Amino acid sequence: MNDQTDVQMPPRVEVGVLGWLKKNLFSPWYNALLTVISLGFIFFIGRVILLWAFRSARWEVVTTNLKVFMIGRYPSAEAWRVLASLGVVVLLAALTWAFRKAKDSPIRRWLVLAWIVSFPVIGILLRGFGEENPFMPKVSAEVWSGLLLTLVLAIVGIVASSPLGMLLALGRRSRLPVVKVLCTIYIEAIRGVPLISVLFMSQLMLPLFLPPQIRLATVMRALTGITLFSAAYTAENIRGGLAAVPRGQYEAAQAVGLNKALMMILVILPQALRNVIPTIVGQFISLFKDTTLVVIVGLLELLGIAKAVTGQREFIGLHQEVYFFVAVLFFICCYLMSYGSRRLEKALGVGER
Amino acid sequence: MSTPGSDKSKVPFWRDIRVLRVLAQIVFLMAVVAIILWAISNYRQRGMIFSYSFLDQEASFDLAEGIEFKPTDSYARAFLVGVINTIRVAAIGVVLATLLGLITGIAKLSRNWLVSKIATVYIEIIRNTPLLVQLFFLYFAVIMKLPKLSEAVVMPGPAYLSNRGIVVPWPRLAESFNLWWPFLFAAVAAAVVLIIIRRRNRQRIGRPSIKAVWVFACLILIPLAGWLLVPGDPLWLDIPELVRKSGGVLKVEGGVSFSSEFTALLLGLVIYTGAYIAEVVRAGIQSVAKGQTEAARAQGFTNRQIMRLIVLPQALRVIIPPLISQYLNLTKNSSLAIAIGFLDLYAVSQTMLNQSGRVVEVFFMIMGSYLAMSLTISLIMNIVNKRMQIVER
Repeated sequence: MNDQTDVQMPPRVEVGVLGWLKKNLFSPWYNALLTVISLGFIFFIGRVILLWAFRSARWEVVTTNLKVFMIGRYPSAEAWRVLASLGVVVLLAALTWAFRKAKDSPIRRWLVLAWIVSFPVIGILLRGFGEENPFMPKVSAEVWSGLLLTLVLAIVGIVASSPLGMLLALGRRSRLPVVKVLCTIYIEAIRGVPLISVLFMSQLMLPLFLPPQIRLATVMRALTGITLFSAAYTAENIRGGLAAVPRGQYEAAQAVGLNKALMMILVILPQALRNVIPTIVGQFISLFKDTTLVVIVGLLELLGIAKAVTGQREFIGLHQEVYFFVAVLFFICCYLMSYGSRRLEKALGVGER
Repeated sequence: MSTPGSDKSKVPFWRDIRVLRVLAQIVFLMAVVAIILWAISNYRQRGMIFSYSFLDQEASFDLAEGIEFKPTDSYARAFLVGVINTIRVAAIGVVLATLLGLITGIAKLSRNWLVSKIATVYIEIIRNTPLLVQLFFLYFAVIMKLPKLSEAVVMPGPAYLSNRGIVVPWPRLAESFNLWWPFLFAAVAAAVVLIIIRRRNRQRIGRPSIKAVWVFACLILIPLAGWLLVPGDPLWLDIPELVRKSGGVLKVEGGVSFSSEFTALLLGLVIYTGAYIAEVVRAGIQSVAKGQTEAARAQGFTNRQIMRLIVLPQALRVIIPPLISQYLNLTKNSSLAIAIGFLDLYAVSQTMLNQSGRVVEVFFMIMGSYLAMSLTISLIMNIVNKRMQIVER
């Protein structure tokens, strides 16, 4: 070891800013070329966007219409009800987050109950009572618009489609051929056609097949369409979760003497649903994006409001600013949700045994 | 429950599982049929009748996009125009989206930090915003903001870019094409024969006896020889030109023009689906275990061979099934055309519906068409998939 002549220099370590740059951006010659091209690309795009955003864009169309984007035609005097609903959701979410570690505390059970109760409460808050009610006059669903309507459509859609989807999933896995075939036909037919054609069906065809006494509001019809559509996708997701439950679980449940229904409710579904929560969140994100399609059947959700705003006399033709704003809004919502779902996936330990 | 060997007659029929199963199915079927009959009776009560006879009637509306159509043509032909427009957008879209997705998917895995980040940003932005918002932005905020035809941007080619769409040069057949196409045919035939020989030899002696270059040479040299032999050029380039008509109306003549609606829809679908395909490709390549690459390198394969012979065949097996659903999504999403006024199958159906009032009939036509397209794509891709999966021992 004392032999000084044989000492070799340590290999050149690529650390520090220069080392990182060399390793990641310029190592073989073609990478350097790619880097230069990419830099040019970023510079070009960035310059166009920055010049537009800070020089030519007229953002007052967004700032003056901010409230319109959020609640649309919902009466301004009643806007506090929307805020109150939001407050309920935020409070419940905060509590759920705070007690996420307390696995066995009774508070969690109360929270589940509170979530369930919050739905009708928010519904009443938004809709109000009678026309003459001094405290909360009726705001008919036809007036709901903007981001509010987008959220209502997406949330009610995913919640209402869950039980239907679960039944369809069980039906498709059923050993009764008639049930299986009918459920499969429904799921595949819906998954094979675009959402817009299902919305079209619920808008124009559904009223024809209902008795004349039943009149559904446009929003209700759109919700029906979204629910029927979403149920087929929920069914496939849940079916995936059911397939992931090991056979031994079924056999064990039967061995302890549970009947079919109890086996499903107590043993299989809880495990299957835990498996599919991240998938359902993903489905919720895509449904949230897909609610924009109701603009085609004439509802004023966020995108519909945006389209209406571009027609305002003082801001006519400011498409770039308005649609950019809407896109950013959607991006923030969806990105946060997908980030949350990744965290959830880790927390639930999906795919781990 | 009855144990094997016990007397079956002891089980009362209302507890006999076989009877119960049949009964349950009958009840379920009856419930479904009852709902359908109830719906039909409501439909009848409104005095509606179900009939496709309107299809032969004169449509009396105009369609500006796709194959030739006059207002005197029938509804059936109008629907055909829509179907062809949808197929056109979907077919071109699938090819372009696959290319874009492939490039971005590989770019995201690039060792170059900047390239991979650009790909990530693109994918995240596109996947987290609704397609319809993107389409609105592309159409109203980009394409409609292009200069008017009189001030059209002239791209090299020349291609004219204006808010009326894009006009590009296009090769067209000349008279001498009739003499030339046998050369084309011969070239393809020769290439096919070479490929077959190549493959057979590879199976027999373990390596191809003919280099792949010869196949390409065949495909290029034979048509080129034909081009020189045939009098006159078999193809000519139709170059668009900006002309002022007698009334002072500007028009682009020649070339092939893509309407602004078509361009916006195609771009939107390609950019959107490309981002999803990129993720599919990335996941597929990443799914190939690292040991595979290392083992191949240890055996002395070159980087290109590793990609072509080891990684890609395995990655494709993972890629193809989700790729099928992306193709299906693209086809279905093309129905958003109606929001920007492109006359696809769905938009034409809406017009048909407004004119004829035949809601249910038109709805079944829409559903049938989309289902047929979905099934065709699944069928083709499943065949491809099967060929890929057979590689297993």
